[in-house]
Amino acid sequence: MLFTTLLLSLREIRRHILRSFLTTLGIIIGVAAVITMVTLGNGVSASVQDSISSLGNNTLAVFPGGGRGRGGSTPPPSFENADVLAIRQQVSGVRAVAPQSSSSALAVRNAQNWTASVTGTTNDYFDAQKLEFAGGRRFTDAEQSAGKSVCVIGDTIRANLFAGDDPVGERFRLGTVSCEVIGVLKKRDNAGFSDPNSTVLLPLKTVQRRFVGNQNVLAILVAVADGYEPSAVKQSLTGLLRERRHLSAGQPDNFDIFDTAEFAATVRNQTQQLTLFVAAIAAVSLLVGGIGIMNIMLVSVTERTREIGIRLAIGALGKEVLLQFLVEAIALSCLGGLIGVVFAFFASWGLATLADLPFTFDLSINLLSFAISALIGIVFGFFPARRAAALNPIDALRHE
Amino acid sequence: MAEPLIQLQGITKTFGEGPTAFQALKGVDLAIEAGAFLAVMGASGSGKSTTMNILGCLDVPTGGSYLFRGVQVEKLDRDQRAYLRRRYLGFVFQGFNLLARTTALENVELPLLYRGEHRRLRREMAMSALEQVGLDRWADHTPSELSGGQQQRVAIARAIVTKPDVLLADEPTGNLDSERSVEIMRLLQQLNAELGITVLMVTHEPEMASFAKTIVHFKDGLVERTEVAASTAMGA
Repeated sequence: MLFTTLLLSLREIRRHILRSFLTTLGIIIGVAAVITMVTLGNGVSASVQDSISSLGNNTLAVFPGGGRGRGGSTPPPSFENADVLAIRQQVSGVRAVAPQSSSSALAVRNAQNWTASVTGTTNDYFDAQKLEFAGGRRFTDAEQSAGKSVCVIGDTIRANLFAGDDPVGERFRLGTVSCEVIGVLKKRDNAGFSDPNSTVLLPLKTVQRRFVGNQNVLAILVAVADGYEPSAVKQSLTGLLRERRHLSAGQPDNFDIFDTAEFAATVRNQTQQLTLFVAAIAAVSLLVGGIGIMNIMLVSVTERTREIGIRLAIGALGKEVLLQFLVEAIALSCLGGLIGVVFAFFASWGLATLADLPFTFDLSINLLSFAISALIGIVFGFFPARRAAALNPIDALRHE
Repeated sequence: MAEPLIQLQGITKTFGEGPTAFQALKGVDLAIEAGAFLAVMGASGSGKSTTMNILGCLDVPTGGSYLFRGVQVEKLDRDQRAYLRRRYLGFVFQGFNLLARTTALENVELPLLYRGEHRRLRREMAMSALEQVGLDRWADHTPSELSGGQQQRVAIARAIVTKPDVLLADEPTGNLDSERSVEIMRLLQQLNAELGITVLMVTHEPEMASFAKTIVHFKDGLVERTEVAASTAMGA
């Protein structure tokens, strides 16, 4: 009986193909909009996550500063080499601790030049950022303690200054300093905020002395070891730094610890909320679509009053008539939902490609949207269906 | 003597309530034997259509008792009456009342659909019903492609496809010219004689009534008189 009813309903929909299509348009647009919005939102989310993870997952970046104290008498003191040593020795769960002293300078070789970021650091930097070498080697202890002019260059620098040549062992001029290339980094995709490809890395002491002119450490990168919670490491790091910077209990931190994992979570949270918000707006059109279906079904009941009378007279039960109209409404909304899902697939794929976002097929939102469209059929189809079933066969037969 | 197929006793029917109430039937007594061919006549407002609706289990009487095959119909609920119609009754209407844009075959299959018959059996029974009314070659045509007489014959096929005990026809020739009307009456006569279907027909045309075996005259909500039809129409 249910199968027969379904066939009858599909036949009825086919007989009024244009009207059926116009009726389901609301559902089609609603379902397509919800799915497309969520899929694109997921794409944005994934893309942002990708950029963030290029900063190095589970990495804490420590800067002097601290929000509220700003505008006070003295600027917050910067870090020293001793801070780096103390962190390495006293904070557990740390994989690498790399001090950073930064500047920028014009790199020149023969007729080629390129504006490079100059970063003074230690070998820990390669570990913290998970940088891989295309050739050459790291700094030696002697080079670091003497502050020699040796450097490891990123892929963009290599390509611009050395073209096809092997740079290892070659020299070029960086600002006023002539430095020797001892290593070349592999090209890194998803460069993120601090692009290692266009960076020249030198020993910390070299940069402090020859480029910056002071003993300050501008920032400290702390890589959290596997199996440790970044938040726990952040906490003990905060304790240590407060102690070393002589802050009493009431004073605010005069440094910032930037947690990439935390930042990623915040961004993820925000993009998800935005996605949800846009999807909620799109869902309104689903509701409107449902009301459209109810209107058409009510018109259909009036229009087909005689037919209902005939069916009742030849022995259809009230519930069978109810089922017929209900199935018709559900079939309509499900068809709309199905078309919407297909439409959303192409729309979100096209838009994602256009906006250069990663496209992922989100099964759960597709299933959910489809289920909601079916639910709309049940909810908005029930009232007209019940009205049809309650008709008196004699009156229905007399209806003109 | 066997119990009659249909027995109406003191049937009353009142429409509306209070001062606007209208009593359409004022105590109808009627007994119909199986195999009868009954024509119900009377002026409009005489209660003949109301009686037919009650006989067809489409409506319930306000008072009195209606025994159909020994079952007290007035005590049945809406669904039980639907089952009764589905199993024992067939309907033919003045306005044909076929489903539009639906082929003759599908129209005839409809009652079987509600009976839950299997698809193959449905087709078979519907085709043989169409054959009985001489329209088997028109099975794939929709009502708009058929003449009025043909449409009424499809409607008759739909009514007899379930092999009902009783065929109720409400002004079956009302929308047809006299030639088609006679064809329809012959068909009803034939179904009555060959298949033993009890035929109850409302008509206001005496020529059509004369095809029946018995004519019941209604007046002012009561049975005025019952007469045995002149058999002259048989030879006409």
